[in-house]
Amino acid sequence: MVLDDPRLADAAAGQASAKWRHDVKKEDLRVIGTAIRKVDARSKVSGLTRFADDLSLPRMIYMKLLRSTQAHARIKRVDVSKAKAVPGVKGILTGEDLPTPFGILPVSQDEHALCPDKVRFVGDPVVAIAALTEDAAWDACRLVEVDYEPLHTIGSIKEAVEHEEPRIHDYGVRGNIHRLENLEFGDLAAGFAASDHIREDTFFFEGNTHLPMEQHASLAHFDKDGKLTIWSSTQTPHYLHKALARVLHPLPAHHIRVIACPNGGGFGGKSDPFNHEICAAKMSMLTGRPVKISLTREEVFFCHRGRHPVLMHARIGVSKTGRIKALDFHSLLDGGAYGSYGTASTFYTGALQTVTYAVENYHFRGARLFTNKAPCGPKRGHGTVQPRFALEVQLDKIACDLKLDPAQMRIDNLAPRDSLTANFLQIGSMGLMQCINKVVDGSGWKTRRGLQERTADGRIRGLGIACSSYLSGAGLPIYWNGMPHSGVQLKLDRSGLVTVFCGSTDIGQGSDSVLTWIIAEVLGIDPLGMRVVTSDTDLTPVDLGSYSSRVTVMTGNAAMQAAERAREILAKGASEQLQVPVARLTFADARVFDSENPDKGMSFADAVIAAESRFGTIGTVGSYTPPKSAAKFRGGGVGPSPSYSYSATVVEVEVDPETGIYRVPKVWMAHDIGRALNAAVAMGQIEGSVYMGLGEAMMEEMAYRDRSHKGHRIFVHKIPSLLEYKSPSTMEMPEVVTYVVEDPDKNGPFGAKEVGQGPLLPIMPAVANAIFDAVGVRVDEVPITPEKVFAALVQKRAGKVGRYGPDELPPVNFGDSLKIKTPWQGGDGTAWNEPKRDKKAAR
Amino acid sequence: MLRLPAFTYYRPKTATAAVALKQAHGKDAMFVAGGTDLYPNMKRRQQTPLHVVSLQDIEELHLVEVQKDGSVAIGAMAHLTALEMHPYLQAHFPALAHAIAEISTPLLRNMGTIGGNLLLDTRCNYYDQTHEWRESISFCMKKDGDICWVAPGSPRCWAVQSSDTVPVVCAMEAEVELVSPLGTRRIKADDLYRDDGIQYLTKQPEELLTRIILPAPGSWKASYLKLRRRGTFDFPVLGVGVCLWFDADGIVKKANIRLGGVGSYAIPATDSERLLVGNPLTDELIAAAGTAAMKPARAMDNTDLDVYWRKKVAPVFVARALRACR
Ligand SMILES: Cc1cc2nc3c(=O)[nH]c(=O)nc-3n(C[C@H](O)[C@H](O)[C@H](O)COP(=O)(O)OP(=O)(O)OC[C@H]3O[C@@H](n4cnc5c(N)ncnc54)[C@H](O)[C@@H]3O)c2cc1C
Ligand code: SF4
Repeated sequence: MVLDDPRLADAAAGQASAKWRHDVKKEDLRVIGTAIRKVDARSKVSGLTRFADDLSLPRMIYMKLLRSTQAHARIKRVDVSKAKAVPGVKGILTGEDLPTPFGILPVSQDEHALCPDKVRFVGDPVVAIAALTEDAAWDACRLVEVDYEPLHTIGSIKEAVEHEEPRIHDYGVRGNIHRLENLEFGDLAAGFAASDHIREDTFFFEGNTHLPMEQHASLAHFDKDGKLTIWSSTQTPHYLHKALARVLHPLPAHHIRVIACPNGGGFGGKSDPFNHEICAAKMSMLTGRPVKISLTREEVFFCHRGRHPVLMHARIGVSKTGRIKALDFHSLLDGGAYGSYGTASTFYTGALQTVTYAVENYHFRGARLFTNKAPCGPKRGHGTVQPRFALEVQLDKIACDLKLDPAQMRIDNLAPRDSLTANFLQIGSMGLMQCINKVVDGSGWKTRRGLQERTADGRIRGLGIACSSYLSGAGLPIYWNGMPHSGVQLKLDRSGLVTVFCGSTDIGQGSDSVLTWIIAEVLGIDPLGMRVVTSDTDLTPVDLGSYSSRVTVMTGNAAMQAAERAREILAKGASEQLQVPVARLTFADARVFDSENPDKGMSFADAVIAAESRFGTIGTVGSYTPPKSAAKFRGGGVGPSPSYSYSATVVEVEVDPETGIYRVPKVWMAHDIGRALNAAVAMGQIEGSVYMGLGEAMMEEMAYRDRSHKGHRIFVHKIPSLLEYKSPSTMEMPEVVTYVVEDPDKNGPFGAKEVGQGPLLPIMPAVANAIFDAVGVRVDEVPITPEKVFAALVQKRAGKVGRYGPDELPPVNFGDSLKIKTPWQGGDGTAWNEPKRDKKAAR
Repeated sequence: MLRLPAFTYYRPKTATAAVALKQAHGKDAMFVAGGTDLYPNMKRRQQTPLHVVSLQDIEELHLVEVQKDGSVAIGAMAHLTALEMHPYLQAHFPALAHAIAEISTPLLRNMGTIGGNLLLDTRCNYYDQTHEWRESISFCMKKDGDICWVAPGSPRCWAVQSSDTVPVVCAMEAEVELVSPLGTRRIKADDLYRDDGIQYLTKQPEELLTRIILPAPGSWKASYLKLRRRGTFDFPVLGVGVCLWFDADGIVKKANIRLGGVGSYAIPATDSERLLVGNPLTDELIAAAGTAAMKPARAMDNTDLDVYWRKKVAPVFVARALRACR
């Protein structure tokens, strides 16, 4: 680059100089905010998009994994001799071939591509076999002999707390406790003392899974030049690259190329590096042939990494108006068999309670337990969904206790915009009040609530409200480093073509399109005329991945920076040629022209030629690092984000009082997205969240069969199929009234905040609250199935408390808390004590 | 789920040829109609025929004939969609048309047949699983194993009759026609089934189901009410088929109530039936008949939805199905 390198200038000025055009007026935007189609829409709807499973290479062979039939056992012997003899078998791998452990987080490198000595759940892979056909590989797997020595199975949170032995892993806090967190902000005792009303409630949120339509698939090819390429359905090609480099050492990292294919849905289920990916790579190195693996639906249930089952207890103290004086929150997470993102998940069950309503004093205790189930991890709303259910139902109960309107009580207690929360999260723009007002007005909340009207078929109507908040990207990367979270490169061609290179991964959410809209807006070109090259670790600069709703804000800001730099170069060239000062140039309609005399101008392509003639080949870069967090205490790394989105919903239910069966005819959902880069795509995300939330609310659960017969205990996923793992069909999908609320945030591109996850969160509590409004019973547990509603109704009719839910948490010793003064106590974001971390502390 | 295993596929043109093929290959052969039950079962290696005899090209099996007396003979290969939309069935057999419309999804009904539906394999969520999954529970009695995980002490299999049409067809006393090398026989639909999850049919393996004969419309009324989790896709976990015969004064002369989805066959709710006969269908009677259906609704924990709840709401469903016959 010939110009004074703007990167250096920016670096010197630091993040403070970052300007993301959040205050630009709507009428000054050409691309942003319009409802144009996604760049890849036509390929998608016509079936031409090539997903990982569609790929094939000459001489490709097929791999299958033999998985554990035991929930918890030591591997005594693996004999593959019979499998080897099966015609067509080309390669066999066992645990010995891949001895290096890996895992998404540096603190829990606890997985092996193939279990070397121990299996931890039914579905844990033990042997990989590749053959000329999938059938031959499957047949060969059936001939492998594995001797297991069964170990006691840990099947639930309670069992994990109660059984220190056998340990599922030999790391963690103690026994089967993986993580233990204890953070105290402010003065809880004083908070409760100052409260007019105190309540305690216990909740359970059962685990559920992502259920993407596309089953995971990978194709790996180790070529004759010693380079490895893997195409995979992954949301995080960069992290997969790191895991491959670690496990396949001494293969140099720069000989490994990860290409993330378009994902047919991810929702967090494709964010970990997976054993099948590593096995495919190793198998290709072993056989010298391209190796393909396509998981079956059942295997996707074994990959899982979905919603943690969480048992929660909340003690809350409020003023007469419902102001939260003190909140003492406990969560116990059932992590399943491996660490995955679990450390982050644990913190997330405590992080965002403070971002919707002001919480004056806050104590969070969270523990993650290992159990012999498919590992849990991040699913849409990662870790914040379960506590949000608890909090929003509890607030509904408080409104009922205090005879307040639940909607008004929420409005009265909103966390202020541009403020620091008790746990030092920086709130920026905050459109929750507008969101609440929208759904309250739209649903007729004020007049229709509490009427218990009957429908023609005898059902009783009810309305429920709930709100939520979510991050626009995690403030920290998963491994410690000082580099940007997102990088974008632009190449400008003489034809006028702009190619954008970025490591981000389109999982259907539209991140490829987001890049084009932002760049097209800045450069005044047609987004559909651009070329997008993404998620290829050889070609594209690193983006950390499609998780934590980070992509629009982070790659968006990086793209804006790259585009502005390109604009600057083009403007210099055009200004010279047109003899118009740079400040007067406008970029629009694929032209560069004098804003005072629009006829005087040139085409965008000519502007590229003018600039290239003067400065040489034109390429720019942009990158983004989130602002530094105010939370400096240990554990403060989870929760900070450039901005927070807000959602409010009103859900209508119709409950059959004789059976407990209910339906949801209508949902009103308002979401503060900062600014909608594309109104149609934003609404798609909101409606998709409503759909997924309803699935969790009404029926989805990772249920396990736990049966014993004559000392033989089986512990296995009960329903690993699309037919029996119940998820709503089109028949259950209600009418959704969507309100896109725009409160631009200064940290997002054009003011944008996240939309992919937040609107899911309030659905579950709103359903629970609506059922209470209809028939006066509380289901403090998700999913809210007809059986549970029925059971609560039976209780109520018997004159008892009409409630279904857990009674208590098994006792866990959380040790001493890390104490942090709140901002209003004069705290600086650091802890003022140093609690002992005694690993052997008694329970 | 795995892909289909290899097998030899036949498409005979006549019923006789189909029966001959089946006889020639014995246990290794199975008939296939729409394949919506058989093929998934083969992918899960629950059923492993090496020879599959398709009934698709046997024209006579596709016919739906309205007889002079108003009764209907439906060919076993009639597709569910065709029957659901059939004007005569819609007008005179609305309960059956409704039961058919409640089967799974439109796509499945385009492929699935009435014959296949009546002969549908019994279901159990310890059994309707992949081979690998079943390996992890050391299999069960119905296939490859020796205990029943639902009732480990029991000598029998409790897999569940899960067809939507069976309870209605049995309640309205339809008949079925079976063809074998020994000839043709016609039996009451009720007599086609046995109370056993494994040997759930009285039909001999080589017998071909050719027709279902519905009784002529008259002074009877039928209804069907299905319990399932979602508004589509799902098998019944309780399917109440009711048929009531009335005299001129509206007194119940005869009552048949069949409970599908809660046992290995469509269980008659005999106590409820007895209460109804000789009385007019009052609200009180309906409620009493509903309550009396709790006992025969002996659901087991091998389907979707909680077993105790299914039992407790059975009276509500039976009462509602009865009310629909008024
Ligand atoms: C996802 C899914 C959901 C479903 N939901 C429902 C539901 O809600 N309700 C319901 O009732 N069913 C349901 N089914 C089951 C099944 O698809 C239907 O019952 C369908 O009617 C079966 O008909 P078919 O023609 O496809 O049967 P096939 O699969 O072809 O045959 C079924 C069995 O009958 C035998 N057979 C078929 N025809 C004859 C004949 N003429 N003579 C002798 N033997 C014969 C076959 O050998 C086989 O054993 C569902 C299936 C799936 C896969
Ligand atoms: S009822 Fe018992 S034997 Fe029958 S399929 Fe189910 S588990 Fe197997």
